Amino acid sequence: MSDHESTYVPKTGVEKWLDTRLPIIRFGADYMSLPTPRNLNYWWTFGGILAICLMTQIITGIVLAMHYTPHVDLAFASVERIMRDVNGGWLIRYVHANGASMFFIAVYLHMLRGLYYGSYKAPREMIWIIGCVIFFLMIATAFLGYVLPWGQMSFWGAEVITNLIGAIPGVGEPILIWLRGGPAIDNATLNRFFSLHYLLPFAILGCVVLHLWALHAAGQNNPVGILIPKDRAKKDLLPFHPYFTVKDGFAIILFLILFAIFVFYQPNALGHADNYIPANPLQTPAHIVPEWYMLPFYAILRAIPDKFGGVVAMFAAIGVLFVLPWLDTSKVRSMRYRPTMRTFFIIFLVVGVGLGWCGGQLPDSPVIGSFKTFTLFDGDLNSYLWLTRLFTAYYFAFFFIIMPLVGLKETPLPIPATISEPVLTGADAAEQKG
Amino acid sequence: MTIGMKTVSIKTIIASAAVAVGLMAAAPALASGGAAHPRSGGFSFDGPFGTYDQGQLQRGYKVYHEVCAACHSMNLMHYRNLGDAHGPFWNPKYPNPNDNPVVKALAKEIQIADIDSETGEAIQRDGTPADKFRNPYPNATAAAAGNGGAAPPDLSVMAKARHGGADYIYSLLSGYKDAPAGVTIRDGQHYNPYMAGDLTPFWTGDPKHVPPGGFIAMPPPLQNGQVTYDDGSPQTVDQYAKDVAAFIAWTSEPKMVERKQAGFGVIIFLLIFAGITYASYRRIWKGVAH
Repeated sequence: MSDHESTYVPKTGVEKWLDTRLPIIRFGADYMSLPTPRNLNYWWTFGGILAICLMTQIITGIVLAMHYTPHVDLAFASVERIMRDVNGGWLIRYVHANGASMFFIAVYLHMLRGLYYGSYKAPREMIWIIGCVIFFLMIATAFLGYVLPWGQMSFWGAEVITNLIGAIPGVGEPILIWLRGGPAIDNATLNRFFSLHYLLPFAILGCVVLHLWALHAAGQNNPVGILIPKDRAKKDLLPFHPYFTVKDGFAIILFLILFAIFVFYQPNALGHADNYIPANPLQTPAHIVPEWYMLPFYAILRAIPDKFGGVVAMFAAIGVLFVLPWLDTSKVRSMRYRPTMRTFFIIFLVVGVGLGWCGGQLPDSPVIGSFKTFTLFDGDLNSYLWLTRLFTAYYFAFFFIIMPLVGLKETPLPIPATISEPVLTGADAAEQKG
Repeated sequence: MTIGMKTVSIKTIIASAAVAVGLMAAAPALASGGAAHPRSGGFSFDGPFGTYDQGQLQRGYKVYHEVCAACHSMNLMHYRNLGDAHGPFWNPKYPNPNDNPVVKALAKEIQIADIDSETGEAIQRDGTPADKFRNPYPNATAAAAGNGGAAPPDLSVMAKARHGGADYIYSLLSGYKDAPAGVTIRDGQHYNPYMAGDLTPFWTGDPKHVPPGGFIAMPPPLQNGQVTYDDGSPQTVDQYAKDVAAFIAWTSEPKMVERKQAGFGVIIFLLIFAGITYASYRRIWKGVAH
């Protein structure tokens, strides 16, 4: 917390010398002794997991860049050469490719934790907003990276996504040409995508520093969601190390087991077979789909009949997260004490997964069986198109209608005065065991 | 209220687990047309502990070399790869596959187009283990021109480039059938139930029962007895298709055995590490209410 007093005492001569000139050891020591709410559950371990994901991606990425060739004629073969002739190359590449998916699994759970426990509310708005910037940069980085192997899905994914920019009225076309470095996706596009794919992770790293700084200033939220009064600090807070290093450490290892199962036994399960076909600008794949982690947003894009409208909706679906702290009118942070909101939250989860599912289907395919109901405007009612629209409507309603209204109307459950109260009465036990 | 808490947390856990599972299920759900589901080839490399069957890879190379290589390139493969660890002609006596006499002999059988380093003239010379698999066509235009306008696809990573992998290749190669009555075949095309596609425009029957599969330009490539096996394996289309599918699975993923073996060690290590960490977690938090 901001009023966390430094307890570091430099012992050796070198430490004393350094401490008056660059108190970097003090900085690290203070972070390790950061007073942390004792009731944090396992949903709070995804921050540490995400740090591991980012470092894994950066380190494997730097090694891959040593062997990769960003040229339209050579990129595909250079990636396969990494798989065949570079020592341990198959491992580095599969870790990097699956690492992107793992990164998104962790970030979605991390964001949902923030949403459920109201971690975005005052005084933590900046932590949340910087987190949203990180999420947006992650999407951009993942998209750029997916283009690099120059397979069919790389090429056509780049085609579809850059075309979205072209949908902006008036200025779209010139911006599109500027982004691609020419009238079509070609070598210039691949080169700049490679350059930006190398750059953005360091922008993410910078934002992570800000994210942690803001976290240090405002203090961590906790499952009860109350601010910890100063006179309770001794009772309710524990030093980060060793209590939470060991808890995070355990969660990280469990996460690495999931990671390892994919890397070593299902390395291509989360990818698309078409990306092992070299890019061919003259042959459109039957079904262009983004990676799984972008499917919900892709579904929202396709739900809107107007192309530019779809682009606006897709960006709005991410943009709304930035203003979330001001859309939620409730004074209570944790949904533990907001039973009505909790129900809407569970529906939101189902809708989010549903959008992802719809994003991977053809919009015209029927949802149930193969029977036709009736045509509503531009599609049969029994189609993924209309299911997607239903889900999209709920997605936006959740933020713009449900969140402001429920906060004003609901009667929250009584909130404990301290986080020790539920701890000592055992009310927390269920989550702690999780 | 205590009971209320419990319900919340279980609900949250279930819901979040559903998110993760749902997201992971979304990727393979991207179906490809109305092709028949591939039959299993019963391969030795299926499953988490499966490895390549060296005899099968050798037979598969023979089928590839004598049949497929007439039209299909394998640009990511070099003859030296045949002697790599877990490859068809791997021999532990030759850790450097370029020294492997079998590989040398196989490469020597092949004539490779090259440039004479003295005169600069185009020549044909004997292959070496360092050479890439010979491309049957001098360039992509020639490959397309020789095959009705569409170049036969490169087979190097074919098992990763199609849903169903080796099972799909096996099913496709051994699954050619006469087109069902009611399907009008386009010129130069062949019906195959395992080929991705949509036959609706070529189907005159009940639109609700369009037959599975699609058209493929490649005529049935394998015939019984076409390739001679010297290990007593049946010389049938079914066996050839299985063997060549296994060979292509290996060329697509030559490090699969190393990968699975490393994974076994990594996961055992992580499980032990998780156990130790959990024990220290319990110890550190002992007597700390939370």
